[in-house]
Amino acid sequence: MALTASTADDTLPPVGSPVVRIVTFVRRNPTIVIGAALLLTLVAITLAAPWFAGDPFRQMPINRLRPPSARFWFGTDQFGRDVFSRTVYGARVSLIVGLTVSGLASLIGLAIGLACGYFKRIDGIIMRAMDGIMAIPSILLAIALITLTRPGLGIVVAAIVIPEVPRIVRVVRSVVLSIRAQPYVESAIAGGTRTGKLLARHILPNTLAPLIVQATYVCASAMLIEAGLSFLGAGVPPEIPSWGNIIAQGRTFFQIAPWTIFIPGAFLAVTVLAVNMLGDGLRDRLDPRLARRM
Amino acid sequence: MSVLLEVRDLQTHFFTSDGVVRAVDGVSFDLLRGEMLGIVGESGCGKSVTALSILRLIAPETGRIVGGSIRFGGRELITLSNEEMRGLRGHNISMVFQEPMTSLNPVLNVGTQIAESVVRHLRLPWRAAHDRAREMLELVKIPDPKQRLGEYPHQLSGGMRQRVMIAMALCCNPQVLIADEPTTALDVTIQAQILNLMLDLKEKLGTAIILITHDLGVVAETCERVFVMYAGRMVEQAPVASLFARPRHPYTRGLLRALPRADTVSDRTGARPRLTEIPGIVPALTRPMPGCPFVPRCGFAVERCRVSNPALTEAAASHLVACWETGRVAEAVA
Repeated sequence: MALTASTADDTLPPVGSPVVRIVTFVRRNPTIVIGAALLLTLVAITLAAPWFAGDPFRQMPINRLRPPSARFWFGTDQFGRDVFSRTVYGARVSLIVGLTVSGLASLIGLAIGLACGYFKRIDGIIMRAMDGIMAIPSILLAIALITLTRPGLGIVVAAIVIPEVPRIVRVVRSVVLSIRAQPYVESAIAGGTRTGKLLARHILPNTLAPLIVQATYVCASAMLIEAGLSFLGAGVPPEIPSWGNIIAQGRTFFQIAPWTIFIPGAFLAVTVLAVNMLGDGLRDRLDPRLARRM
Repeated sequence: MSVLLEVRDLQTHFFTSDGVVRAVDGVSFDLLRGEMLGIVGESGCGKSVTALSILRLIAPETGRIVGGSIRFGGRELITLSNEEMRGLRGHNISMVFQEPMTSLNPVLNVGTQIAESVVRHLRLPWRAAHDRAREMLELVKIPDPKQRLGEYPHQLSGGMRQRVMIAMALCCNPQVLIADEPTTALDVTIQAQILNLMLDLKEKLGTAIILITHDLGVVAETCERVFVMYAGRMVEQAPVASLFARPRHPYTRGLLRALPRADTVSDRTGARPRLTEIPGIVPALTRPMPGCPFVPRCGFAVERCRVSNPALTEAAASHLVACWETGRVAEAVA
């Protein structure tokens, strides 16, 4: 009897009260729930920062390099600035970069991928161009772009988006190629459907699941690259607290004040982990076949 | 009855790395208004390519209609612009494919998929198109059509999906419906239901149907006229009764002799006579064939068959056959 109950629990759609449903969902998709919970917490903290985090720019020379305490939760840096406050504000940069990069890369990649997969004529040329772009390291591209213009968030986003686009294009294109060969697409063509409509209604919806999954990975890698760029001084301007900047500035005093590096580093690691967990969970949920193969 | 679709000397070739494949090599036929025409032949003989050519659905990367003419209601389809052709597909000529399991988009509900075509071709608003979709589901005898409209393809059985496909194909009242092996993927009882449904709808709506199949039994049951294809050419064309009673091409004769029949007389021991197969395989379509393509497998072949290809000639009343030795074949059958 216990056996029947447990199999039913795993395979049947959840029934009963909303509480039971939520519990079942959490039990079946722990990675989605943990990843999403961590990210939502971070977003909430970031949005609420002005009300509790204090001023990230206020310098208190008296309190330089203080270790974590009840007053300064994460200690202070070499100018006496509150590391807690700076870390919380730094999350903004990471989240903005992660979201805009994955959003922009998805949109551009989706458009190019649809075109490449559907119109065989342009496929060869564009895909070779994509291979070329993929070979450009984001960090070098960012340094080059920043030497040409002024450092800023926009440049950082652009520098990360460009090399990430081909990743999305490849995923979308491969899905389009396989969907295009499906009888229902042929059937839609035989029904006189126009090309635009065919792409939008019959092909695009099928690319969304793998696209969402890929977008989460792009988001995670964008956050890491942004931190790396800021650390190298090629990212967001040093006056903006971002995790990469905080780590870069704490580097000199690393041996006497390790918290200035470890805490933003830990936040970065946990955030990227959360995004990746969400991506993995979504992949398992949206494409069960792919999950089994991996 | 008037001629609705007139195909003359249609040639569709595919250009592959192994050479030119003459998938359809000079096929001519007429489709009359409201008639059910069967196209039979083994796999790879060009049945489906003929159908796809009529709708101009041959992928331009691989193949092309290189010659002939397809006239529909007086209009030449081969020279029509792509946009005009798209307006015709699904509106005047529509098609039902073999695979009901994959011919519906898994991410759209059934109602939307049917209504889409109605909106596109009849220019009705969405609400009216959905009503039309419901009527169509009723027409193809799907129980509880109102609820089914909102369902997705995976919620329907194979027979049900094929009914939806037929509903989709017929929703704009096409004059011609091309059914490419519509029952091959279904089990026998469902096959019969789908065929009866198609016959029924043909009577009700007056749609002419081209039924492509490799099942002679299906043809005998449903079609009025039938033509037999072999290696991209048409070898015999006749009214169904005439073809089954007196096949005049050795290939047709071979096909019929390979068919298990319920009406064959058993001998004293009760055993049925052995079925005979056609020896050999289909010739490669990449090499040009000066003679009759069936020569290597034909028991009646003479020297003339090897050197020159017989044209389609009338051997009996409206019974066309492309064979030099048709007289001997007919005698052998009789």
